[in-house]
Amino acid sequence: MTDLKQTVLHSLHLELGAKMVGFAGYDMPVQYPLGVMKEHLHTRAAAGLFDVSHMGQILLHPKSGELADAALALETLVPVSILALKEDRQRYAIFTNADGGIMDDLMVANRGDHLLLVVNAACKDADLNHLKAHLSDSCVITPIENRALLALQGPAAETVLAPIAPVVTDMKFMDVATLDTDFGTLCISRSGYSGEDGFEISVEDLHADALARALLGHDACEPIGLGARDSLRLEAGLCLYGSDLDETTSPVEGALTWAIPKARRTGGDREGGFLGADRILLELENGPSRTRVGLRPQTRAPMRAGTVLYASQEATSPIGTVTSGAFGPTIEAPMSMGYVATEHAEIGTVIYGDVRGKRLPARVSNMPFHPASYKR
Amino acid sequence: MKFTEEHEWLRVEDDLVVVGITEHASTQLGEVVFVELPEEGTTVTKDQEVVVIESVKAASDILAPIDGEIVEVNEPLADEPGKVNEDPTGDAWFFKMKASDLSDLDEMMDEAAYNAFIG
Repeated sequence: MTDLKQTVLHSLHLELGAKMVGFAGYDMPVQYPLGVMKEHLHTRAAAGLFDVSHMGQILLHPKSGELADAALALETLVPVSILALKEDRQRYAIFTNADGGIMDDLMVANRGDHLLLVVNAACKDADLNHLKAHLSDSCVITPIENRALLALQGPAAETVLAPIAPVVTDMKFMDVATLDTDFGTLCISRSGYSGEDGFEISVEDLHADALARALLGHDACEPIGLGARDSLRLEAGLCLYGSDLDETTSPVEGALTWAIPKARRTGGDREGGFLGADRILLELENGPSRTRVGLRPQTRAPMRAGTVLYASQEATSPIGTVTSGAFGPTIEAPMSMGYVATEHAEIGTVIYGDVRGKRLPARVSNMPFHPASYKR
Repeated sequence: MKFTEEHEWLRVEDDLVVVGITEHASTQLGEVVFVELPEEGTTVTKDQEVVVIESVKAASDILAPIDGEIVEVNEPLADEPGKVNEDPTGDAWFFKMKASDLSDLDEMMDEAAYNAFIG
């Protein structure tokens, strides 16, 4: 515990009574006095503020001055269309490795003359090295070291943020804006990890504490820890890198094919040309041998990560494993996601999880478990 | 009431030992979302896992505090696991045991000793 890094909001978390845990090398709030369940429900009912400053923010500037050159360069590392990403828009992307596995998942924003990447905390050093190794010829790669990142999520998020940043009322899901405020220059995207409408706000370290306090000063806004962040994202069917996605899972197995546009697939304008394209394009055509699915356990017992899955009560060989599982406070039921052999992945299929030596039934289910309410 | 280092409380009622977890334990666990109770009639030995409780954070086992037979379980708890947080030392008892030797309770902590134990 001695070597844990702290975000710039560390003392605010302690002041708010947070229980802190080590996460991705940082000492982070897992919950506040409200508790995981109420923090989760509050976020869905009003607004929750999350410190996500442990995540990596990286700038890519094209050396040529032409943004398309940075976009095309980045496309060699992600099976996504960055060229089609319009100014002041953001989209989801995946860093693949040479074997077609996933190195990290990330957000990419087009900010006019450069791209802004937001990557996972646990992967940010590796991501930076990866970018430097592959893109140094065409891009200047700059990790942002002096900015915090706040996520404000929930149906009241716009109401809470608008007095500080009026532009947010005009933003739609995945829009990006940069503006000068009383809290310095903010880079805001209308996005998040809870399935709710909301924003992610990049703020200079020196203004982060004041901004967080201003947002928390609103009656609708409560601080929310990593515990509720996890149950919120799972209800929203969103993957946690390191649990649901890793270097062995491909984006096709991970059910992320929606992020791979026609242009990057076989026969497209910019077919392949990313790391691991051989495996990924083949899986797109033939289907993967295993698939990430949602699971609704049919009893009250949660099926947590590591639960081994079987086709029947009696079957001796497993068909898959749960990668995330918890109780969903909003759906008031347990929920899991995991990987199963593709022949068992059809919605409605009943399979069995080994929970403490008992085979308990779970139904393969659509995700999200709780419908998203993004502002389209 | 008697207490164990596993944060259980034991209360003798009509020659039966009623078992639950302490307020301290329920606070540490966080919101309880699932309780799995043993079968009535099960004979258990001390430290055997008899109850599983899952909170929003993790699964925990409750161990049999003494040797004996489980004669009654608190069935409604399975449908209302949140009671473990609301009333851990009252309504949210887990099971009643017929102790093999009631004098096993004599060596256990009383409330003052338990409060000192949790500091």
